[in-house]
Parts: sequence; structure tokens; C-alpha cells
Amino acid sequence: MAQRQAPSDLTAAASARAGRRRLSIVGQLWDGLLIAGAFVGLIVLWQIATTAFAIPSYILPSPLEIIAAIAGDWLRLLQNALVTFGEAAAGFAISIVVGIPLGVLIIYSKWLQRILYPLLVASQSIPKVALAPIFVVWFGFGPLPKVLIAFSIAFFAIVVNTVVGLSRTPPEMIHLMRSLGARPMQIFFRVRVPMAMPYIFAGIKISAAFSVVGAIVGEFIAASSGLGYLQLVADNNFQIPLLFGILVLLSVMGAVLYYIVVLIEWIALPPPLRSTDTGQGHGTL
Amino acid sequence: MMEPIRDAAAARGLPITVCGIDMVFGGRGTPVQALAAVSLEIAAGSFCSILGPSGCGKSTLMMLVAGLYRPTEGHIAIGGKRLDGCYTDAGIVFQTDVLLPWLSVLDNVLMPARVKRLDMAWARSRAGDLLGQVGLSGFEARYPGELSGGMRQRVAICRALLSDPPILLMDEPFGALDALTREKMQTDLNRIWADDVKTVMLITHDIEEAVLLSDEVIVMSPRPGRILQRFPIALSQPRSPEIRRNPAFHHIVDEIRDLFRATGVL
Repeated sequence: MAQRQAPSDLTAAASARAGRRRLSIVGQLWDGLLIAGAFVGLIVLWQIATTAFAIPSYILPSPLEIIAAIAGDWLRLLQNALVTFGEAAAGFAISIVVGIPLGVLIIYSKWLQRILYPLLVASQSIPKVALAPIFVVWFGFGPLPKVLIAFSIAFFAIVVNTVVGLSRTPPEMIHLMRSLGARPMQIFFRVRVPMAMPYIFAGIKISAAFSVVGAIVGEFIAASSGLGYLQLVADNNFQIPLLFGILVLLSVMGAVLYYIVVLIEWIALPPPLRSTDTGQGHGTL
Repeated sequence: MMEPIRDAAAARGLPITVCGIDMVFGGRGTPVQALAAVSLEIAAGSFCSILGPSGCGKSTLMMLVAGLYRPTEGHIAIGGKRLDGCYTDAGIVFQTDVLLPWLSVLDNVLMPARVKRLDMAWARSRAGDLLGQVGLSGFEARYPGELSGGMRQRVAICRALLSDPPILLMDEPFGALDALTREKMQTDLNRIWADDVKTVMLITHDIEEAVLLSDEVIVMSPRPGRILQRFPIALSQPRSPEIRRNPAFHHIVDEIRDLFRATGVL
């Protein structure tokens, strides 16, 4: 008798859940609209404030002045932006290629886990920005030191999140797989890697933003091109609107890298594994 | 030991023999003895519960029967064959459902077939049957995260039964569920088992659950786990929930409770 009642109860539970999910999509759109509205509102407020209080543009240029500065110098900005983007993207790519395997090695090797991993964590107390002059001494003035600084800032988040993600598989899941006769490689690829995906992607997103920071810092120290270099030039020439314009471009660059990762995540992973939905991630600068 | 009240010819599954098991966990600290001199026999096709307080090593015993742990002393045999390493033909259900969250309900149930490279057409039709039996038809494409705890545990049971295993090992499978869902699932499990008899070893700390479902209840002492007493349950199978009104049911439950009281567990 209880048997006959069950399916309707179950269906009710499930449709309630599905309803909540639909609501959350509407909710997400609504949230997005609110955020966009607040952003536009802030810019309008900024524009009004600079005109109303007659703030000189060398203190705080108005949004319109910043747009004009970008438009007036767009070719030079684009060329330098591509340089910075290339450095950041290279540092980011190396972070992924080195960070994920390193995380896997740390999980699978007791020795690396006990010796390398604590060292790696301790090394994060070094402000990596302060490494920049040393890297310039070692690797010269070309793009290499910038790529390496970007890498040194960006890769840690990927290593940590890979390690955390790979250790999130419940022991029972591994027992279950072993009891089915699964080999260690099957357990790794069928269970541990997918289980770690939300964490790995969260780490990659953090590292995308950090790699831009790294490239800029490198350019501050010694460079003849790139947005960091251009910022120093604009600063020396007292072109404050241009300085802000570069800031805008840098934000766009960070956002582009971030959303490329989000896009890959959406294409590659089923919904339950997307870190955007599960909200994972650890990082330090 | 009593025979289960069923047609012997219909009985399937393999007998489980646990012979003189000692289990000591070493590690760097002081060694902990989890099990001491445990021997028992579970007849093919019978439903046996291992009942004991938490920390008595009953879960360890299940892991040993699955071949996931190696005993310090003694041996395990399934179907007369001594275990050497993992026993890969058991269905296992843990307290947590351990479903893979990125696979649909159907793909979770099919997971053993993929790992073992079974015939997928057969596996699909069996998965459909099993999901139907637990009232989850129509949920095949859902993700586990969209289901309630009880529904997820039903999926886990379907997964354990997919390859039609000769033995089913369950470690407090209903421990994390609310009381009503638990009672419903106990009834369902008894029906599934009665329809298609296997050897079942159920680990539990719930006296009534053990008596309700089992042909035999084996009561264990606190650490180090030893077998205190075995209680054959002479109530006819399959069991309806109404059996809870049967005085014989309560008599056995009280007897076990008295045993726990005598040994200081209660």
C-alpha cells in the first residue's frame, strides 16, 4: 500500500526541485540585471559628480574623458594591450600546464605531499610582486620575466585547488570502485578527476585574474611595451585620463580571460560539476 | 542454525564464511584491535544482520568480507573460495549513497556495468527494472543532486544490484535517513530480497531493523568486536511491516536489548 503512494510523493518532491531550479534561472537573470544597473548607475553618478563638483581631470577624470582618451589613442592602446595579453596568457597557460600535474603528483606521492607541498605553501608568504626585480636581473628585459612573474603569481591557486579537489573523493567511493574491480587508473579518471573538476576550474579562474596582475607588475619594473609600461609613460606625462583608460582595458582583459574559462567549463562539464554553480575555490595573491 | 523458511531450490547467492578473524589496525600510534576471534557462517540466500554498538568493528567486518581490508589473522571464504584481495562480485551499499554527482540516475546505476564491461543492452534493461521496483521510473535522467536522500539511497541500492551479485553487503544503509523513509526502505529491501534471493549481510546498530529483516541476527560486543550471541529469527519471510505488532518480534527485540544491557552497552 505504501508502495503505491510512493511514486506520487517522489514526483512531487522532484517537481518542487525542478521549480526551484527554474526560479533560480529567473533569479540569476534578475541578479544580473541588478548588477548591470548598479554598474551603470555608478558610472552616471561618477559623471555627475565630476561635473557638479568641478573635479579636475588630473585628480579624477570623468567617464566621458576616459572614453575620449581611449578613443584618441586606440591603436597604441591595442598594440600594447596585445603585448600584455600575450604575456598574461602565456603565464596563465604555463600555470595550467604545470599546476594541474603538480597537484596530481602531490596527491599521489607521499614524499611530495610531505616535503614539497609545505614548502610550496610556505613560499606563498613571499610577496611575488617583490620577485619581479630579481626576475628582470635573471631573465632580462624581454617578455620572459613578465611571463614568469605572471606564472609565479598564477600557478599556486591551480596547484592548491587541484590538491584540494583530488582529495575530496569520499573513501567509500574509492572502496566501491575497487570492489567493482576498477584499476587505479580507472578510479583516477572515472571518479577522482571529475570529482576535482569544480575545484580545478575555480583555481583556473583565480589564476586567470592573477596572471594579468603578474604581467603588469613585470612591465612596471622594466619594459618598452605593454599596458604596464604605457601606464608609467602616461603617469610621467600626466595623462591621467589615459591612465584610467588603461585601467579599463586591464579590467576587460581579466574579464575576457575569466569568461573564456567559464565558457570552456560550461561546454566541457555537466551542470553538477561547474564551479560557477558549486562555488568552490581558494587563492592567495 | 535454522534454515530460512523458503524453497531451497529458489535460494541463490553464495555462502559467506568468516573464519577466526583478528583485525588489528596498526598505524604509528598504539595498535587498535577492531575484531577478535570472529567466526561466522552466513548460509547462501539468507539475510544476516551484524548488530552492535558503534565502534565495535562491524563495518570493518564488512570491509573484510568485501576483501577491501586484509585480516591480521584468519580468513574469509565466499562460496567456499578463500578471498585473496578484493571480492569483485559483491554489491555494496554504504551509509552515504556515494553516487557520482555528475552522472544521471541511470548512468549511476549502470556504472558497475561500464567498469566491468558487461553487456550494455542487458544492463540497461535491468537498470530500468530495478529503478521501477524502487519507484524511480521516470527519474533516469535526473542528477543525484535533484533527488531526496531516500531516493538517492534507492539509486545506490539499484547500482549495487545491477550486476545481479551473489552477495549483497550493506553498511548501515538507512542510517542517514529519517525514520519514516527508513521504515519504507526496510519494507522495500525485504520485498526486493524476497523476490530475488541473495545472501545479504547487513551492518546495523538498529535492533528493530535487524530483527525485522533478518533470518539471523549476530550481536557483537564493543571493541574489540567479538560475537556475543546469535539470534535466529523464526518469523516467516517475506515480512510485512505489521510484523512489528507480533509479540514474537518484540520478544526477540527485548532479548537483544537485555543482552546489550547485560554487557553495559545500554
